[in-house]
Amino acid sequence: MALIEGIFEPGLVVTTVDWVLNWSRKRSIFPMTFGIACCAIEMIATGASRFDIDRFGSGAFRATPRQADLMIVAGTVTFKMAERLRRLWEQMAEPRYVIAMGACAISGGPYHVHGYHVVKGVDQVVPVDVYVPGCPPRPEALLEGLMRLQDKISTHTIAKP
Amino acid sequence: MTPSDIIELLKQNHASSVVSAAAEGPYPHAVIKAEELKTIAAFLKTQPRLRFDLLRCISAIDWPAKNNIELAYDLISTSLGHAFAVKVVLDRADPQVESLSAVWPAAEWHEREAFDLMGVVFLHHPDLRRILMPEDWPGHPLRKDYQDIVEYRGLKFNP
Repeated sequence: MALIEGIFEPGLVVTTVDWVLNWSRKRSIFPMTFGIACCAIEMIATGASRFDIDRFGSGAFRATPRQADLMIVAGTVTFKMAERLRRLWEQMAEPRYVIAMGACAISGGPYHVHGYHVVKGVDQVVPVDVYVPGCPPRPEALLEGLMRLQDKISTHTIAKP
Repeated sequence: MTPSDIIELLKQNHASSVVSAAAEGPYPHAVIKAEELKTIAAFLKTQPRLRFDLLRCISAIDWPAKNNIELAYDLISTSLGHAFAVKVVLDRADPQVESLSAVWPAAEWHEREAFDLMGVVFLHHPDLRRILMPEDWPGHPLRKDYQDIVEYRGLKFNP
């Protein structure tokens, strides 16, 4: 940016449509109010004042998938839950993103071998954008995951692939 | 009352129903004939010196080697401050016992759980459905010889 600074008259802003779209999207990722197990407690802590996810524009936890951009799968996904989870994801408007939070959502975690009821990774059910490992991950880790998602969004383009 | 007092009172009134009893040890209990369970339960709840008004838990224990399934009912009397347990032993191939939901309403969901995970059938239960697993799940997962499923509604168990 330094090369073109100070060249234009005041009031003129130069940007690209891609940049503006991505900028607005990545700074208002509204997560869905959706927690399945103990990871949800860390997600709640991330939303509260000490860690304050609102600094990243993601503090508005929506109570309906229709208004949400991000599904944080925070916990153990059982086979019974998988269908409900898929339906919630299908109800979200595009562009929609998924963070798999914690070992259970990533791979079944502690239930990988003996969990007769646990889906071995939520990526079997919905496409996952960012994996946040931990059992459970600390709020800082979830914020890191959110920042990686922001990085991913900033590479989007509306141009033909 | 101490466990030995409780067992004494039980034997005085229903001697033929008591198979065995243990007053000492970490888990004082009496083993009851399965067909007499409901009678004994009503007695334990209403007898003025026992008054077991709270059914805390129903545990189902699978014993493949002995070929039986054991049910343990943990009881507490909140008014008299004592605790006890009764057990029944059921045939593993066809575990059936009378429901106690008419005696303790709390039994209804405990029995649904034992039915769901262990396959124990409770006779005259008002609503004997699975409580945790999906309705169409095959088998009863907490049986010792339970085999993991291969696939459930298109989701692989071991992807």
